[in-house]
Amino acid sequence: MAETIQLEVARYSPESDAKPHFENFEVPYRKDWVVLDALNYIKDKKDGSLTFRWSCRMGICGSCGMLVNGEPKLTCATFLADYAPAPVRVEPLRNFPVVRDLVIAMTDFMHKLQKMKPWIIRKEEKALSEGEYLQTPEQLDVFKQYSMCINCMLCYAACPVYGLDPLFAGPAAIALAQRYNLDSRDEGAKERFPVLSQHDGIWGCTFVGDCTRVCPKNVDPAGAIQQYKLTAALEWVKSVLMPWGGK
Amino acid sequence: MKSESLQARYTLNHPRWYRKRVSTYWWLQRWEYLRFVLREVSSVFIAFFVVTMLAQIYALSRGLEAYAELQNWLRNPFVVALNLISFLFVVFHSVTWFGLAARAVVVRVGGKRVPEILISGGHYAGWLVVSAILAWFLLGG
Repeated sequence: MAETIQLEVARYSPESDAKPHFENFEVPYRKDWVVLDALNYIKDKKDGSLTFRWSCRMGICGSCGMLVNGEPKLTCATFLADYAPAPVRVEPLRNFPVVRDLVIAMTDFMHKLQKMKPWIIRKEEKALSEGEYLQTPEQLDVFKQYSMCINCMLCYAACPVYGLDPLFAGPAAIALAQRYNLDSRDEGAKERFPVLSQHDGIWGCTFVGDCTRVCPKNVDPAGAIQQYKLTAALEWVKSVLMPWGGK
Repeated sequence: MKSESLQARYTLNHPRWYRKRVSTYWWLQRWEYLRFVLREVSSVFIAFFVVTMLAQIYALSRGLEAYAELQNWLRNPFVVALNLISFLFVVFHSVTWFGLAARAVVVRVGGKRVPEILISGGHYAGWLVVSAILAWFLLGG
């Protein structure tokens, strides 16, 4: 096995480049190195201007998402050994504007996420003295899978619908809305319904299913969206059959 | 003006972001995308199957002669080939759809989610039962 491995890294400088180009770097090949280690090696030893996001190095913060050989991956969990000896191509996440090198602009996602009101909504808050909101393990089990989302946006990079229609709310935002809708302590489903049930909400999704395939935390956003489609369709039937009730 | 816009400019509050357009052929770039597009296209062939069946029922209602005429048209090699392609697409659609249905349908028994394999297994079992009934009916059981 070669002692080094080549990294083809996408570079883009807003000051001087009209579009991104690739730059090759030779880095030491170590079996226990992930792509993020190689990027940090380049930044430390070869080119300090290489720009990328990272923080925790253990698949929790969700900041090091990039395309590795065209596939959306958390670079802290993608081993060089899985690609060696072939060169590894690292690019910024697809479907997002590139700010510099491997850094994408995530403002759009943040706006969409906020619109979903991803927090527990109560009609009336209990007084602190009344204690916490209790939940059984079964109630937790209903939404726990969706609460594993780390906002890494790999699902947006995998979603062709988001690429073609930037107005689409997207997989993670909808999965997180569902996370709160299904929470037994939450009473905000009706507030989220108008945002979720519009065309750019769940109905934009054509169930390609690639969001679920690339999700590093097994959240299954595609499943969450289809389940909510069923809920929204039932709501619509109810509103047609009983226009006077359920307000 | 044009040459000026090609020159990279950078201001603090409006950084020059690079936006890449999605290729028209995005659906050819990954097998997962192509599989999705094929599943969508399969609806055209399913519509063809349904229209053929409706035409058969309509011909039957008009008498044996009209039905024989339609049967004759269906024996045309071009129509047979089209039917064969449609059949493959219908199978592809059903198999992928049953796989997806398992993800969309959440059934809970005793607080636990029924495993996906049982949901899609149920769909296949239903498919088999309906096919067996139809085969029995058509083959004059």
